[in-house]
Amino acid sequence: MLAFLVVTAIAIVRLRNLFAVVMLSGAYSLIAATIFVILDAVDVAFTEAAVGAGITTVLLLGTLVLTDREEKAPKTRNYWPLGVVLLTGAALVYATLDMPNFADPNAPANRHVAPRYLADTVPQHPSGAPVKVGVPNVVTSILASYRGYDTLGEVTVIFTAGIGVLLLLGTPARKEAPDPTKRKAPARKRPNRRKPEAKPGETAEGSP
Amino acid sequence: MDVLDRVLGLYNYWIVIVLMMVGFYVVMASRNLIKKIIGLSIFQTSVFLLYISVGKVRGGSAPILDKAIETYSNPLPHVLILTAIVVGVATTALGLAFVVRIKEAYGTTEEDEIHKQDERSD
Amino acid sequence: MKHHFILRVIAKFAIPFILLYALYVQFHGDFGPGGGFQAGVIFAAAFILYALIFGMEKARHAAPSAAIRLGIALGVLIYAGTGVAGILLGGKFLDYSVLAHDPTHGQHLGILIVEFGVGLTVASVMIAVFFAFASRPRSEG
Repeated sequence: MLAFLVVTAIAIVRLRNLFAVVMLSGAYSLIAATIFVILDAVDVAFTEAAVGAGITTVLLLGTLVLTDREEKAPKTRNYWPLGVVLLTGAALVYATLDMPNFADPNAPANRHVAPRYLADTVPQHPSGAPVKVGVPNVVTSILASYRGYDTLGEVTVIFTAGIGVLLLLGTPARKEAPDPTKRKAPARKRPNRRKPEAKPGETAEGSP
Repeated sequence: MDVLDRVLGLYNYWIVIVLMMVGFYVVMASRNLIKKIIGLSIFQTSVFLLYISVGKVRGGSAPILDKAIETYSNPLPHVLILTAIVVGVATTALGLAFVVRIKEAYGTTEEDEIHKQDERSD
Repeated sequence: MKHHFILRVIAKFAIPFILLYALYVQFHGDFGPGGGFQAGVIFAAAFILYALIFGMEKARHAAPSAAIRLGIALGVLIYAGTGVAGILLGGKFLDYSVLAHDPTHGQHLGILIVEFGVGLTVASVMIAVFFAFASRPRSEG
């Protein structure tokens, strides 16, 4: 499975047709979700499949509709990125030599807090006595109860991103194609509260 | 055979590092903005793979409590990565909204043409 | 136009099941894989499918912008409100043990409400983002 991933990633690097690249990135997310299932991470696999292969692909296709379909050919060859990438990769491989073997039950990552979460013995009650959360899905109980504050931050991030996208894409673009040699006219100051005269073909009103 | 043992224990991480570097390369070397964002998402997904593979326990099962199961995989990385995935899609959506606006303002999504237009109008 | 016909029939068939599955994943997040995020995304996927097959006009009727904007904010409010309710009932912020007569039931109730808030915000944001992308008029660039 990891070999599939590597092949897909390298294909994404080489291809120039953006539609194919978007489809390959959806396939990449799906294969990653399968690997997550193999690694016993079912919640993560669910989320990655739904979000990565679903929402991201849909949004990328939506962007492609509004922009180009092909990447232009590179005019100059640049070898700096390759050098930086090889250097970083070598440094990371050197760092993994310190790590415990894969799937080791006695690794420090698996001994520290996780056994307490799995046994429901984290103190939750104001009196300090451990409260049995009693929810079989440990991931949900950690997300919502033991680490609930982090999840509040995450929901706020999603909220902010949603507002950001609405601000950026909520109002319709100017009707004529932008002229690249002219400086963009500062026409944004006027608040366009009144709807512009309805053109027959224009159905979109923009702000959701 | 200690070296072989270490290699077998670590090659998963090495392949994931290769994937991370491929994503990193796409972010740095591609001129098209959309491809940069796709490269960023490849990079993110491979980082998630790294973290989840750290949390796997040999012989363990998915972390859903059940009377019949003895060992579980570590649930803590799952929680972290769940949050990270959703935050990742939020930033990707925001990035793509920016790309759409850039295309409308400059007429192109190629990085060098955008730089040229900026230099020309300065 | 035969293609569109088949797609419409299948979509009409599948969309209620997708919505039902989203609700199932949301409320069974305690017992199996699932929870707020996954359910929100699947719920949004049903609306996106509807918009893709039946057009943006009908999709706007199904998911009016005012309701979506309300949903985005309400989910975060529900989450934070549960935390504040914990304070009002005598515990700390986001302490679920004091929400019911028994700490364990309080935890269950708290987790359920909080995941619902998360699912609501995620679904509304995904639908809003898709509608924003799809309503953008195409320039001739």
